Amino acid sequence: METFYDVLRRQGITRRSFVKFCSLTATSLGLGSAFAPRIAHALETKPRTPVLWLHGLECTCCSESFIRSAHPLAKDVVLSMLSLDYDDTLMAAAGHQAHAILEEITAKHKGEYILAVEGNPPLAEDGMFCISGGKPFIDKLKWVAKDAKAVIAWGSCASWGCVQAAKPNPTQATPIHKVITDKPIVKVPGCPPIAEVMTAVVTYMLTFDRIPELDRQGRPKMFYGQRIHDKCYRRPHFDAGQFVEAWDDEGARKGYCLYKVGCKGPTSYSPCSTMRWNEGVSFPIASGHGCIGCSEDGFWDKGSFYDRVTQINAFGVEGNADRIGGAVAAVTGTAIAAHAGLTALKRARLDHGTGFDRNGEETGQRRDPQGGRRPAETAAVDQNTGRGA
Amino acid sequence: MLQYNELSADPNAQTLKSIYVYEAPVRLWHWVQAVAMVVLVATGFLISYPPPSVGGEASDSFLFGYIRFAHFTAGYVLAIVTVLRIYWAFVGNDYAKQLFVVPLWSRQYWREMWHEIRWYSFAADKPLKYGGHNPLAQFFMCFVLMVTTFFMIATGFALYGEGTGEGSWANVAFGWVIPLLGDSQAVHTWHHLGTWVVITFTMIHLYAAIREDITSRQSIMSTMVSGYRTFKD
Repeated sequence: METFYDVLRRQGITRRSFVKFCSLTATSLGLGSAFAPRIAHALETKPRTPVLWLHGLECTCCSESFIRSAHPLAKDVVLSMLSLDYDDTLMAAAGHQAHAILEEITAKHKGEYILAVEGNPPLAEDGMFCISGGKPFIDKLKWVAKDAKAVIAWGSCASWGCVQAAKPNPTQATPIHKVITDKPIVKVPGCPPIAEVMTAVVTYMLTFDRIPELDRQGRPKMFYGQRIHDKCYRRPHFDAGQFVEAWDDEGARKGYCLYKVGCKGPTSYSPCSTMRWNEGVSFPIASGHGCIGCSEDGFWDKGSFYDRVTQINAFGVEGNADRIGGAVAAVTGTAIAAHAGLTALKRARLDHGTGFDRNGEETGQRRDPQGGRRPAETAAVDQNTGRGA
Repeated sequence: MLQYNELSADPNAQTLKSIYVYEAPVRLWHWVQAVAMVVLVATGFLISYPPPSVGGEASDSFLFGYIRFAHFTAGYVLAIVTVLRIYWAFVGNDYAKQLFVVPLWSRQYWREMWHEIRWYSFAADKPLKYGGHNPLAQFFMCFVLMVTTFFMIATGFALYGEGTGEGSWANVAFGWVIPLLGDSQAVHTWHHLGTWVVITFTMIHLYAAIREDITSRQSIMSTMVSGYRTFKD
């Protein structure tokens, strides 16, 4: 297997430059000069990690994003940094030749390769979808995942389910972590994820030989630790109370905050507002449209992209929190009014109810429709519990 | 703890019995929570539906920031008084425990609950007398007010923790709520629904308190001011 050193030499980097790079790396990491030879040794001897990239039920937008990576360039990642041995949409081989590579890597590098999954397995109809080489995707996924070191779930499809898992999810598309439960999974959600995030996650895993630190939902903290809202350049307008009210108003022209027109930046975790897209050119909010929250779980089923208070579709109810809550409050209010009316009516008929006249004298005319059974009279107050004895 | 006012000019006043129910910390908690809830509901709706856009430079205004600040501050106040209230359930009198422990296992409790339901459905002629909460009220206080309060504190601080970020206390303590309920937007929706539970509870609470004060055999409204429950017969 080719080592990193081999690749560097092949690309015309001299031995002298290589040693200088190792010294600088040791220094910049604060490790001291003694570590320079060890870094050099690691780069000279460590084989490049094989990566197998599978495609399930997906639209290939993750691949489209990945190949546009600028820092590092996708070509450098694919040709130098990692050993992308199998990716049926990118590789030159096809058919039996391609499949042979899959067989070879899974057999020769048991427990050493990284599995990257784009898309997800549909489980309906016994999983008989996305069939290549005579096998449905679910079988292929389980087979390759069995001996993988770690799994990367590319995009919202593999991480959450995305559009193909949106209600009513006819093919029963299921995210990776619900199918593969015995391997560490790194979720890189987004529809698609930012190119540089994808290459950086792969680079990190190859360089440090471990998965990046993950948050509670399994996403790398370094990219998904903050919301788009937290680093949005329109955030000062949010705090000031300056909002776009309609798409063609003065606020829209001035670049005010898109919160009121349903921007999902405050609820979406992705580095779009810091890293941006297409070599840092722009991102949706910078183009004047709110974030649609494509990196979030079930974003297709979370109501309109243009509502701040989104629809609730559960228990056969359709309406947002205010329509549902408002209806409950209105019914309660009506019930209270009716109850108050009945109470007043009953009191008027019952001689003020308490059986006292205005001066507090017993009237002796207390109406007691219950005859001898008068629980009120038997109720003494227990000083300890405060409850009627 | 019967109290007789022997110097009363009005002989009828002597028949009034009273017991000390709500200790000062409980009353303080009640009113602080009430004010916090009003601020939270008002600012909460403003956060969902911000006021009309402000003109001028962004640096000249901090309107939405102040609205959110008020919401967060009131949220902190609510959480702190709730914690203190739980502490008081341990060290306070027996009435102070009623919000947290409902004797669901007691036949007596359910019998009295049934009477209370009949009283509210006009089937019973008179309510029973209680020092603290009646069984129905106690049920609502514990399972609607306190549960909703805890829910709103948990979801509220989970959302607050999103802003304060990874590693902040709110994120560490309540961040788990977000994956539990789905995602951030789902937590917003649940938090918003919780607001309506609070509003509906408050409507019923106010109505029942006023109605009981008039029709029942004991004081209700003044008890939360003075702490003393007086009985009319």
